Amino acid sequence: MAVAVKSVETSDVETEQLATGCEAIAEAIRLADVDVMAAYPIRPYDGVMQAAAKLIANGKMDVEYIVADGEHSQFEIVKHACAVGSRVFVGSSGVGWFYAFEAIAVTAGLRLPVVAICGNRALDDPGAFGTEHNDSLAVRDLGWLLPWAETAQEALDLALMAWRVGEDKRVSLPVAIGLDGAFLTHSQQIVKIPTQAAVDKFLPPFDLGDRLLHPDNPITIAPQVDQDWLMEIRMQNDQAMRKAEGVIREAHADFKKLFGRGGESPFLDEYMTDDAEFVFFGQGTLALPMKVAIRRLRKEGHKVGLVRLKWFRPFATEEIVRSLSRFKAIGVIDRDYSFGSPHYGGVLYNEVRSALYSQPKRPVVVGFIAGLGGREIEQPMAQEIFEKTKAAASGDLKAGDTCHWIGVRS
Amino acid sequence: MTEASITVEVVYRGIFQKTLAQRICRAIVLAARKRGHTGTAFARYGDSPERNGVPAKQFAVVAVNDIELEASMAKYEPAVVDVSIAVDDTLVKGVESWAWYGRQPIWKPVRKDGFLLVTSEKTPDEVLSQTDTAERPFSLVVVPGAASFAGLWVFKDDHTDYRVLGALAKVAPDWVRLDDVKALIKEQTKDEAAVQSAQYGYDGARIRPVKPGEGTSGHEKLQFDKPGWTTMRPGIVVDARKPGERNPFYKKYSARTLRPVVNFDTCIKCTMCWLDCPDECFEVTPEGHYEVVYEACIGCGICAQVCPVKDCIVMVDELKFDDNTNKWDLWKKDRASYNQWFEKMSGVPADPKAVARASTAATNASPAANPTTSAGGDE
Repeated sequence: MAVAVKSVETSDVETEQLATGCEAIAEAIRLADVDVMAAYPIRPYDGVMQAAAKLIANGKMDVEYIVADGEHSQFEIVKHACAVGSRVFVGSSGVGWFYAFEAIAVTAGLRLPVVAICGNRALDDPGAFGTEHNDSLAVRDLGWLLPWAETAQEALDLALMAWRVGEDKRVSLPVAIGLDGAFLTHSQQIVKIPTQAAVDKFLPPFDLGDRLLHPDNPITIAPQVDQDWLMEIRMQNDQAMRKAEGVIREAHADFKKLFGRGGESPFLDEYMTDDAEFVFFGQGTLALPMKVAIRRLRKEGHKVGLVRLKWFRPFATEEIVRSLSRFKAIGVIDRDYSFGSPHYGGVLYNEVRSALYSQPKRPVVVGFIAGLGGREIEQPMAQEIFEKTKAAASGDLKAGDTCHWIGVRS
Repeated sequence: MTEASITVEVVYRGIFQKTLAQRICRAIVLAARKRGHTGTAFARYGDSPERNGVPAKQFAVVAVNDIELEASMAKYEPAVVDVSIAVDDTLVKGVESWAWYGRQPIWKPVRKDGFLLVTSEKTPDEVLSQTDTAERPFSLVVVPGAASFAGLWVFKDDHTDYRVLGALAKVAPDWVRLDDVKALIKEQTKDEAAVQSAQYGYDGARIRPVKPGEGTSGHEKLQFDKPGWTTMRPGIVVDARKPGERNPFYKKYSARTLRPVVNFDTCIKCTMCWLDCPDECFEVTPEGHYEVVYEACIGCGICAQVCPVKDCIVMVDELKFDDNTNKWDLWKKDRASYNQWFEKMSGVPADPKAVARASTAATNASPAANPTTSAGGDE
C-alpha cells in the first residue's frame, strides 16, 4: 500500500515534538512557568519527574524541584507553596496518590489551585503498573477538578487549561489530570508544543489576591472550626465547583482560538454520533480501540458512535444528558470498578445512570468493566461490548440491566 | 423539666474538673435509673483534652422512657436546661470557650423557674453579685464547698460529686431521689462517709430565689455574629493580626479562677513574667514594667511562680474583681490609691520595706490554690 507523502504544516504558535504523555506534561510545566514542583517516584508518574528533571538539567526550565520523602509530603509541599503564591505542579499514581490522601483532601477545602497529574495505575495489592481509574476517582467527592486525556497532545493542552481554570478566582480549586499509565504516559506521539508567546496569551500569571500568605498580608489559613462553620465552607466549595463549568467553557474557547484544537465542546468528544443509534461512553485512552471498532462496525452497516468524556468533575450534566438522550442505548465502559455498588457497576456507569434518571426519555445504559489493571482493550472485546449494547438497544433487558465484565478469564 | 424528662448541665473547668463533671452526670442517670427512668450522659463534644481552665460542659438527661429521651439525643448540647450546676463559683462571671461564641451568662440555658447550683464557700448573695443580671426568675442554690480541682485524667475524691448529687435531689426530687443517690453511692463506694456527703449536700444547700433584674450588669457584653457562606472569606481564610496587635475577638479571661495582681513598686523589671507567660499577656510599659492584659490572661499563675520578688505578683480570687481593666495607668497616676487597691485585693503589704527581698520563687505562688501548677495539668 502506497503511503501518501504530505508536508507538515508549520505554525508560528507551535512546534512539533515526538513526546510521551509525561514529556508533554513536562513541556506544559515549562510553558506555564511553574514555580514549585514536588516529586516522589512511582510508576507511571516518575516519567514526568524524569522529563522535568531533564528540562531543568538542560537549562530549558527554571523551577524549584523538590524531591519529597513521600507522596504525603509531596502534596503538602505544593499546597503550602501555592498558599504563598507559587504556581505549582505535582502528581502521583495508584497507591502513591492514596498515600497523599490527607493532603489531597485539604487542598480542595483550602481552595488552593494545585495542578496535579494522576498517572492512572491499578491499586496495589497485587502490585500492577497498568492503568485503572480508581486512583483518580477516589477523589471524586473532594472538590478536585478531574479531566481525562486521550492523547499526549491532549495531556499538554489539558495541563495548560488546568492552571488557567484552577487559578481563576471564580474557581480556585485544584485540578488532577487523569493520564492512562503506559498507553499515554509512556507512549511517544507527535505533540504540538505551543510557543511561550502563545501560552502567555492564554495563561495569565497566578494571583491569589488577598488570600496570599505573606507577612504583609496577615491571614490565618484553616483554623480549627466546628460544626457551626463546616457547612458554609462546603457551600463555598460547591459554588466554586458549579462556576468551574462556565470557566472551562471560556478557557476552551480561548484555547481553540489560539491553537485551533480542543473540538466542539470542552466536556465531550463525540465520534460518529450524528446518525448513531447507540454509542459507547468512556474516558481516557480506551476511546482509541473503540474508535477503531466503530470504523469497522460502520463498514458493516451498524450505526454506532462514541462519546468520550473529557471532564469527569465538574460533570457537565446538562450537556451530557442532552447528548446521551439522543441514543437508544449507551454502553458505558469503565476502566474502574466500584465493589458492591448499584448493579455492581463502574463509577462512570452509575454516574451516567443517575444523570439520566430524571429524563422523560431515557436510553438503556449498559455497563462494561474492561481493561482493568491496564489490560488492553482488543477488538474481540470491543466486539463483545458492541453486541451487548446492540442487544440492549433492541430491548434485551438481560443485556441492558446489568454490568458485564469484558475479557475476563473464567 | 417537663413531665417526660429533665435536663441537667454541669459547667466545669476544662481538664481539672472533667472527671468530676463526668461522675456527676453519670450518677444522675444511674440514680434515676433506680426508679425506672432512662437517661443519657454526654460531654460537649470538642477538642480533647480541653484547654486548662476553659469553661466546658457535660450533660445528663433523664426521661421516663426511651421515646421521650429521643428528643434529647444526637445533640451537642441542649439549648434549655432545667438545672445548671457550676462546680466552680468563678464560672458565674460568665463562660466563653471554644465552640461557643462570646461570653454567655451562666444562667443562659436555664429555663424560667429552673435552678442554678453553684459549689461555693461564699454566700448566695456574694455569688449572685457576680452573676449577670437575671432575665427570668430562677433559684440560685449554693452547695457548700470549695472548687475541686484535679489534674488531667485525675480525680480528686473530695466528695464534691456526692454533695452536688444530694443538692440536686433537693431541687429535683421527682427525678433524682436522695434515697436513690445514697443507694448508688453506697453501692459504688461501700463508704458511709460518702453517703453522708450526699446528705450534707442535701441539708446544706442554700436556696436563694432570684428575680429578674438581680445580679450585676458589670460584665462585658461579648457576642459575635456568625458569617454565612457569601460573607466568609473563601479558602478557610480569616484575618490575622500584625505583629504586636492583639486579637480583639480572642479573649480568654473566662478560663480564669485566680488573677495576677502586680506590685509595680517592688518589680525589678527582670522580664521573667513577660518571658514565661504562655499566653503573652504582659505588655511592657514605658518605664519597663510589665502590666497584665487581663482580657488575655487565663490565670495560670506561672508569672507568680517565676517572679523572683516575694509578693510582687500575687494570685487573687477572680470573684473579687468586677472588670478586666489593666491597672498600670492607675499606678502611674496615683501610686497611693493603687497600692491601697493592691493591698485590699492581695492581702499583702505593698510597701517595699515591709517585703523581704531575699525570697525565692517557690514561696511566691500558692500551689494549693493554683490548678495548673498543682495538678500537673496540661499533658
